[in-house]
Amino acid sequence: MTVALSSAEPRRLLGRDQLTLVAIWVALISVPLWLPLLGGYTALAGRVLVFGLAAMALNLLLGFTGVLSFGHAAYFGLGAYGAGLTLRYLVHSTPLAMLAGTLLGGVAGTLFGLLIVRRRGVYFAMCTIAFGQLWYYLAYSWNSFTGGFDGLRDFQRAPIALGPFTLDITAGGARFYFFLLAIFAVAAGVMGLILRSPFGRTLIAIRENERRARFLGIPVERHIWLSFSISCFFTALAGSLYALLNNFADPLTLHYTLSGYFVVMTVIGGMRTFWGPLLGAAVFVMLQDYISSMTVNWMSFIGLIFMFVVLFFPRGLLGTKGVLAKG
Amino acid sequence: MAQVILFNVTNGLIIGAFYVLMALGLSLILNLSNVINFAHGNFLALGGYLAFTLSPTLGYWGALLVSPLLTALIGVAIERLMIRRIYNRDPVYSLLFTFGLAFVMQDAARYIWGPNGLPMGLPAALSQPITASLFFITWYRVFMVAVVIIAVVGLFTFLRRSRIGLRIRAGTLDLETVSVLGVNVRNLRTFNFGLGCLLAGLSGVLAAGQIGLNPNMGDDLLLPSFIAIIVGGVGSLIGTLFGGLLIGLAAALTTVVYPSASEAVIYAIMMAVLLIRPRGLMGEEGMMS
Repeated sequence: MTVALSSAEPRRLLGRDQLTLVAIWVALISVPLWLPLLGGYTALAGRVLVFGLAAMALNLLLGFTGVLSFGHAAYFGLGAYGAGLTLRYLVHSTPLAMLAGTLLGGVAGTLFGLLIVRRRGVYFAMCTIAFGQLWYYLAYSWNSFTGGFDGLRDFQRAPIALGPFTLDITAGGARFYFFLLAIFAVAAGVMGLILRSPFGRTLIAIRENERRARFLGIPVERHIWLSFSISCFFTALAGSLYALLNNFADPLTLHYTLSGYFVVMTVIGGMRTFWGPLLGAAVFVMLQDYISSMTVNWMSFIGLIFMFVVLFFPRGLLGTKGVLAKG
Repeated sequence: MAQVILFNVTNGLIIGAFYVLMALGLSLILNLSNVINFAHGNFLALGGYLAFTLSPTLGYWGALLVSPLLTALIGVAIERLMIRRIYNRDPVYSLLFTFGLAFVMQDAARYIWGPNGLPMGLPAALSQPITASLFFITWYRVFMVAVVIIAVVGLFTFLRRSRIGLRIRAGTLDLETVSVLGVNVRNLRTFNFGLGCLLAGLSGVLAAGQIGLNPNMGDDLLLPSFIAIIVGGVGSLIGTLFGGLLIGLAAALTTVVYPSASEAVIYAIMMAVLLIRPRGLMGEEGMMS
């Protein structure tokens, strides 16, 4: 009956969801026009896109599969280092650097995922934190190869040859922003398709009731593992973009502090919503930029934001009911 | 060479002892409240700084006793006011909360006691080497290990012999049943949180005498403590004890052979354990899933 009722609804050209989608893309595309008026700069917008992509990738796991990773900085940082090391030591090519970074982070996540898919809740989170920190120490102590504490420098993103054209993204500014936006759009589109597919619906079923999903014959562990792996690949892609954005790979991109930032971005925007993490990333990046320019005690403010969000604002900006239930 | 190895073994024991105290506190809170306390390293620093402030008036020995208790009281206050509100939510919230708390506590320590390292004065008797040939082993090192052993034995005796200890252990296995049997679970969790903070505060006082004080002195101990819990097996305090000692010794012995791999080796141990025995060396089946 429900099916018949919903199909009897009059079809409108643009529903509410489509309107939101149009608004989001108009806002993103027109960033170079309005952001300078608000006192922002395009590199800041680039950071929002990159962190937003990472948080959306994390949300695939956190919001849509109901599995908490607190170690996603590892895959983000591996993406950044993969891209940076490729540009510095191997080949001066932006697409290959992105590919290398995405593969490095994604494969590391996929392999590690195998070890921990049977863990749940805080224990899963603890394993992800501990494993993530391994890469931080590696980057930190392998001075000659990774630049150690100072980070990996001396590489530049390269112009991209597209047949007869060359896309010169070596300068910052609007052109590079649109390059990031294009990659972001493709990644967001693919993630959206994954979530709409039967596979994505199955993930939501696992989130809602793991035991029931298991009784229905769904191989829960395999789905969680795949979800973790996909999430790591997209996070690593974001990381490789971050290295391109800064022409720099920082060991702090591997530190669990950044994992915490990704999680708080997701929660601020609203777990379980597709676009929430992007909004959360925008809010968090702007706040961080503003606070760190205002006071040396920025750590307290960031910490207080975390505590405030948890105590008073747990559903996030776009949040839905039911998020608070025990996982 | 024998001296180098002996030096590193004692170092390993001492580092392992710190891991054990940190990890036992974390483990207590994790087992009963399902909360990973990211701020545990900051409670350690708090204990150290309180001892630094109190020792001019109370003397070293007084500060050694009082500052862990004060740390526990502050922990209890934070739990009562804030953390208990989020026990019944998805674990993501408690993680974010303690993560933010860690930031605030670290910044507060920096604000109150300054960003630079401070030395912790020790009684003269403790800073002497035990013999001339073993000049690298001061009485303080022996003292630290002794205090940790007393604390650990005390904790385990408390958990085995006392009524509250029994309830904590029972709550670890099945909190709902314990609650139905008439135990005030809210107070039990508060007490347990305070107990964890007490251990962190104690290790803070001890660590202050060894490495001095700085606002992020606990940070380096936090991740190894997580690993000690994973290696030992979640849900088993004895496992946490052995996990801490194991990775402390492994890191110290690796320092003899190849210093820059000393961090990597504890991660290698963790990976091996997750691969071969996913529930940890002494973990109970089903505890982590």
